[in-house]
Amino acid sequence: MIKLNINDKDYEVDESQGVPLLWAIREQCKLTGTKFGCGISQCGACTIHVDGKPTRSCITPASTAEGKKIRTIEGIQPDENTLHEVQKAWIEMQTPQCGYCQSGQIMSAVALLEANPSPSDEEIDAAMSGNICRCGMYGRIKEAIKRASVKIQKTSTL
Amino acid sequence: MKKWTRRAFIGAGVLAGGTLVLGIAIRPGNRSSKVADVIAKDGESVLNIWLKIAKDNTVTAIIPHSEMGQGVHTALAMMLAEELDADWSQIRFEEAPAIKEYANHAVAKGFLGGGPDVPKFLNETIDGVFLTAVKSLNLQITGGSASVRFTGQYGMRVAGAAARAMLVQAAAKKWGVADEEITVEKGLISHASSGQSASFGEMAPEAAKIKKPSDPILKTEKDFSIIGTSQPRFDIPEKVNGKAKFGIDVDVPNMKYATVAASPVFGGKLKSIDTSIEGKNGVIKVINLGNAAAVIADGYWQAKMAMASMNLDFDSGENAQINQEEIIDRYRREMDEVLANDELEIHHESGDVNAEFDQAATIVEGEYRVPFLAHATMEPLNCTVWVKGEEAEVWCGSQNPLGVAGAVAEELDIKQENVQVHNQLLGGGFGRRSETDIIIQATKIAKEVNYPVKLIWSREEDMQHDVYRELGISRMKAALDESGNPLAYQSQFIFRHHPTEAADIPYDVPNQQIRFSTPSSHVPWGNWRSVDHSTHGFYSESFVDEMAHGAKEDPLMFRKRLTKTEPRFQAVLDLVKEKSNWGSELPQNWGRGVAVHKSFGTYVAEVAEVEVDNSGKVKVHRVVCAADPGFAIHPDSFKAQMESGIIYGLAATMTGEITIKDGAVAQSNFHDYPVTRMMDSPKIETYIINSGNDPGGAGEPSTPIIAPAVTNAIFAATGVRIRELPIKNNSLGREGGLG
Ligand code: FES
Ligand code: FES
Repeated sequence: MIKLNINDKDYEVDESQGVPLLWAIREQCKLTGTKFGCGISQCGACTIHVDGKPTRSCITPASTAEGKKIRTIEGIQPDENTLHEVQKAWIEMQTPQCGYCQSGQIMSAVALLEANPSPSDEEIDAAMSGNICRCGMYGRIKEAIKRASVKIQKTSTL
Repeated sequence: MKKWTRRAFIGAGVLAGGTLVLGIAIRPGNRSSKVADVIAKDGESVLNIWLKIAKDNTVTAIIPHSEMGQGVHTALAMMLAEELDADWSQIRFEEAPAIKEYANHAVAKGFLGGGPDVPKFLNETIDGVFLTAVKSLNLQITGGSASVRFTGQYGMRVAGAAARAMLVQAAAKKWGVADEEITVEKGLISHASSGQSASFGEMAPEAAKIKKPSDPILKTEKDFSIIGTSQPRFDIPEKVNGKAKFGIDVDVPNMKYATVAASPVFGGKLKSIDTSIEGKNGVIKVINLGNAAAVIADGYWQAKMAMASMNLDFDSGENAQINQEEIIDRYRREMDEVLANDELEIHHESGDVNAEFDQAATIVEGEYRVPFLAHATMEPLNCTVWVKGEEAEVWCGSQNPLGVAGAVAEELDIKQENVQVHNQLLGGGFGRRSETDIIIQATKIAKEVNYPVKLIWSREEDMQHDVYRELGISRMKAALDESGNPLAYQSQFIFRHHPTEAADIPYDVPNQQIRFSTPSSHVPWGNWRSVDHSTHGFYSESFVDEMAHGAKEDPLMFRKRLTKTEPRFQAVLDLVKEKSNWGSELPQNWGRGVAVHKSFGTYVAEVAEVEVDNSGKVKVHRVVCAADPGFAIHPDSFKAQMESGIIYGLAATMTGEITIKDGAVAQSNFHDYPVTRMMDSPKIETYIINSGNDPGGAGEPSTPIIAPAVTNAIFAATGVRIRELPIKNNSLGREGGLG
C-alpha cells in the first residue's frame, strides 16, 4: 500500500501489479471524473496533473506518484461554489456533447493556460491534439480556451 | 400531421400530494391495419406518461430517450414547456425507466404513419428492418434522429398543450369565468378583469378533475417563445466537473470487475481455459464463454493483467482464411455475376437507361468503394450486471434501454419485469449503443456469481468486436447529351440496409436504374452514424460531381439546375454558395468542393475548402454547412450536431479504415485507427434554414456528405478524382500515398 495525495487529500492505494494511476484513482479512490479511453496514451481522456504537469494516468504507474501532488477534474475548482475559468468558458460555449472526453480536455486546457496564459492557435493545437473528442467539439474547445485565456489574463493583471 | 394530435388519448390523474400526472396514448384507431397491429391492437391504447405538475410548481417531463449529448432532454423539455406556456426555470426532466409502458411508440409511428408529408422511405421501411425491430423489441430507442422528430412533435407538444388546456379549464371553472378570458404566461394562469391568478402547482389538483381534452391545439411557429431558442443544456454543468455518471462510472456495493477477450476471428470458439490463475493476484474467477474468455477480478487492471497472462487457444474455423483483398475481390466478382445472371434487385427504375447509353454524347462512369468502419465511441463498451436469482439489475449507457431489459431477461430466462435497467449517460453512441451484445456477455458472466460485476472492454476489444459499417462498392454510370443534360443514371451497389431512400438521388434525370445485391460477409454489421447514407452520400455526390465535369459545368450550378423542382435543395445550395463565397479566388493548390444530400428529414449542403500541398498532404481548412431541418428546435444544439457529424465523417474520409487480416480486424486502437484531432479540424460554419417543415434529424445528416465535399474539393485542386476512401490510401498522382 502507498499513499497518494489527490486534490490535497491522502488516499491509501494498493499499487501492486503496476496498477496505473487511472485505475487506482477510479476504482480505489472512487474519483470517476478521470476517464478511460484507450489505455495507451493515445486519447487523453485520462489526463490528470502530477505536480502540475499534464499526465496520462493510463500509462503512469501509481507507485511513481507517491509523494507527488495529483490533481484531477474533481480538484480544479478554487472552492466548491466557484468554477474554474476554464469550466466557465466550457459552459458558456456549451462545449461538451456526450461529455466523456471533457475531463481530459479540461485538464489539458488548464495545464496549458497555467503554463501559457495566452496561447496562439498553433500552441492550442499542439497542446490539445493529444485529446481526442469523438463528438468532434474541437471548434468549441478551442474557442472556450481562448475565452478562458482572456479572463485569466484579466484577473492576473488586476 | 395534425391527425395524430386528434388521435391522441390523454389521461390524467392526481397523485397523493396533489401532483397532476398526464399521460398520452396514441391510438391506432382506424389506421390501416398493417400499422395498427404494430402499435397496439384495435381499441387498445398504450399509455406513455409524459409529465407531472407538482404542488411545488415544478413541471417534470419524462423523456423516453437517452442523452447521448445531442441535448435531447433539453430540446424535448422545451417543446413541452412551449405548449404549456411554462416558465423555463420550473421545468425538470427525468429519463423514462426501461419498462414496457414507456415503449417508444411515437418512434414507430413516425416511421410508419404514412401521412402525406412522410417521406417515401418511411413507408417503404414498413417491410424492412425497422418493422421487425418494433415488433420484436419493445422499442425505446435513441437513433435515426428520431427523438425530436417524433417524440417531441407527437408526444411532448401534445402533452404540453393538453395540460395547458386542462389548467385553463380548471381555472375558469374555479373562478366562474370563460375559458377564453384566461391567459397563461410563464407558468402563471391569470384572469385579467377579475385580477385572479394561480400557479400551475396550485391549479394542478383541480385540473386533474377536468374531462380530458382530446384535441389540444398546438401553437404555430409565430407564437413560439421557447422553441427555437438555445436554452442552456441540462446536461452540461455535470460534464465540466467530473460528476456526470457514465456507464463505466457506476459503483455498486461489493461490485467486482471483469474483462473479456473474444475470438479475434469472428465466429471462432475458445477451445479450453486454464483456471489455475484463480485466487492469485486479485483474480477471482475465469470463465469460458464459448466464443470468449472472461476474467473476474478485484479491479479492471488485475483482470486485464490476468487476461494478458493467459494463453488463449481459439478454434478460428474457416473464417481465418479471409483477408481484405479476398473480400474486395469476392464482392466485385459477385457484382459481375449477379449482373451477368440478371439477378440484381431493383431499388429504383424509371425509363430505359440502356437505350440512352447507346446513343449518349458523353458517358461518365466510375467504381466507388468505401471501407469497413468501427464506431470507436469515446467510452469503451461496458456494462454492469447483478443477477439475483429470478431478478437482475443492469447499469449501462444504452440507446435502447428496453432492448437491454429484453436481452437480459432472455439470457436469464426470467420475466422482463424483473429486470431493472439503470440507464446512464452514454460516452458516445453513433449507433453502437443500440446493440445488446455486451449486455448479454455481461449477463453471462454475472450469472456465474452472486455479486454485481462490471464488465469493461479494452479499447482493443471495442475496436475488434464492433459491429461495422459495411465495406461497400457502387458502380456508377451516366449518359449526357451534347449540351450536358443528364439522360441516364445507373448505379449498382452492394448491401441495402436502411433507410432505403439513401440510394435515391434528388436530381432530375429521366432514366434511372438503381440496383443492388447482397454478397455474403462474415463481418458483423451495425448501424453506423447515418447508416446507408454514409455510403451513398459519398457514391452519388462524388459521381454527380463527375457528371458536372462531364457536362463542363460548375458543380454547384449543375446541382441547382437538376433540382429545380426541389425548393429545399435549392435553398440549401443557394445559402452554401453565398456563405462559402463559391467561385471566389483561392490560394494555389486549394480547391472547393460541394455536396448536398437529404437524410432523416434534414437537407444539408456542405462546401469544403481543401489544400493539397506538393507532398500530397491534404488539409481541410474550412467547411461551410447550410442545413434545413424544417425547424431547429434548439439552434445551438443543432449546430453542435452538424459540427459533430462533420468531424466524425471527416475521420472516416481521411483515415478511417478497418481491414480484415486472417479473418480478424487488423486495427486495435487509435494509433492504427486514427481519428480527427484538433490540429486536423477545419473551421466549421453552420447556417440554419427554418423552412417551416416538420423537424428533421440533427445527429446524422451532416455526416454523409463531408467525404464527397472534400474529395470534390481535391478534384478541384488537383484534377485527381478519389473514388476510394479513406483518402490516405490514394496517392493523389504522387508516389507512396499520403501516409
Ligand atoms: S486512456 Fe490514457 S490516453 Fe487514452
Ligand atoms: S464530447 Fe463526446 S467525446 Fe468529446
